[in-house]
Amino acid sequence: MNLLPTPSQTIGPFFHFCLTPGEALGRLAGPDAMGERLRLLVRVRDADGAPVGDAMIELWQADAGGKYHHPDDTQELPADPGFRGFGRLATNADGACVFETVKPGQARGPRGTLQAPHVNLSLFARGLVDRLVTRVYFAGERANHQDPVLALAPEDRRHTLLAHPDAGNPGVWTFEIHLGGERETVFFDV
Amino acid sequence: MTPYRRPDPETRPGYLYEPYKSTVRRAPAKPLILLPHTLSELTGPLYGHDAIGKTDHDLTRQHPGEPLGERMIVSGRVLDEGGHPAPHTLVEVWQTNAAGRYRHDKDNHPAPLDPNFTGAGRVMTDANGCYRFVTIKPGAYPWRNHRNAWRPAHIHFSLFGPAFVTRLITQMYFPGDPLCALDPILQSIPSEKARERLVARFDPETTEPEWALGYRFDIVLRGREATPFEG
Repeated sequence: MNLLPTPSQTIGPFFHFCLTPGEALGRLAGPDAMGERLRLLVRVRDADGAPVGDAMIELWQADAGGKYHHPDDTQELPADPGFRGFGRLATNADGACVFETVKPGQARGPRGTLQAPHVNLSLFARGLVDRLVTRVYFAGERANHQDPVLALAPEDRRHTLLAHPDAGNPGVWTFEIHLGGERETVFFDV
Repeated sequence: MTPYRRPDPETRPGYLYEPYKSTVRRAPAKPLILLPHTLSELTGPLYGHDAIGKTDHDLTRQHPGEPLGERMIVSGRVLDEGGHPAPHTLVEVWQTNAAGRYRHDKDNHPAPLDPNFTGAGRVMTDANGCYRFVTIKPGAYPWRNHRNAWRPAHIHFSLFGPAFVTRLITQMYFPGDPLCALDPILQSIPSEKARERLVARFDPETTEPEWALGYRFDIVLRGREATPFEG
């Protein structure tokens, strides 16, 4: 059978009372989660640099051991019960939101390779007719050099996929998303 | 593992669609980078299994009194492109009340709020991918996209499906609504056949005598590539 898929439509500006009524989904890592804890601050700006205060960000990531909590992850690794791989928050008036998570481990990549630690990110907002997908990698991570997906991004734009540690706030990493303009983030067609 | 089919271009709007003004400052200008599916895209959140409340599927029973408006039922099946059901997946819905007003701080349309209606619901599909919820018919409302712009009555839908790549947020419209042809958000979808996917149909089977009209809205998520081993 070959059915035509249902097209995407914008999330619009009025989703909060259904999709993000509280901030509970901003906490991926419970108190017992294994691995390096971090607070991931995501900030979204439009092509003019103005904060996008009505976006919704969703994260999907492996646990600290590199295991996705999903039946199709057949890597022989235990899943961390203190961790949930899914997060969802609305951005505030500054275009920002903060997730409490752990640094993901290295999940399996194509042909026996390992992917560098990364967080899969979906961005929904008024004015976006479909979600935008990108990946958050960690600046300074040695495995970045061998990552098959980072290598797909043009070299001069690869830096847009990196989160950076906040010098003044230990444990906080910042990921800036630019929807357009000179610093436009690399978005993926998945 | 079998990758998912690439998005069907017929269903896929470009991010920049000038008649929908908000796309202009928000659409990326550079082309997306094609990402061959890895474990990260082939897995995805299994969210919602423990999150469903007793009246989440019935938006007319979430308050002490009944909301005003035309009571209605929406039911349908969630399938993939190959026609396989998407079982046990979360469907989240949100909408205006009968007067065309959202229960949202930023909605300043001068239409009344209904103390007996929130307009948010959630259901899980069953083993066959079927879902059903009860609500009242949402209203049309004005927006400032262009002079005298009105959104057709619609219900927002959010679905996960089995993988990161099957995530879908969309809107359901009503048959025969004259505003649909004038709506830049619906018209941003390139093909008429694909736009028709978003229009529910009146369904006598779903309609309950002496109680509520029924609409049928099937949703098709992306499916896996065919493999030589699949029938």
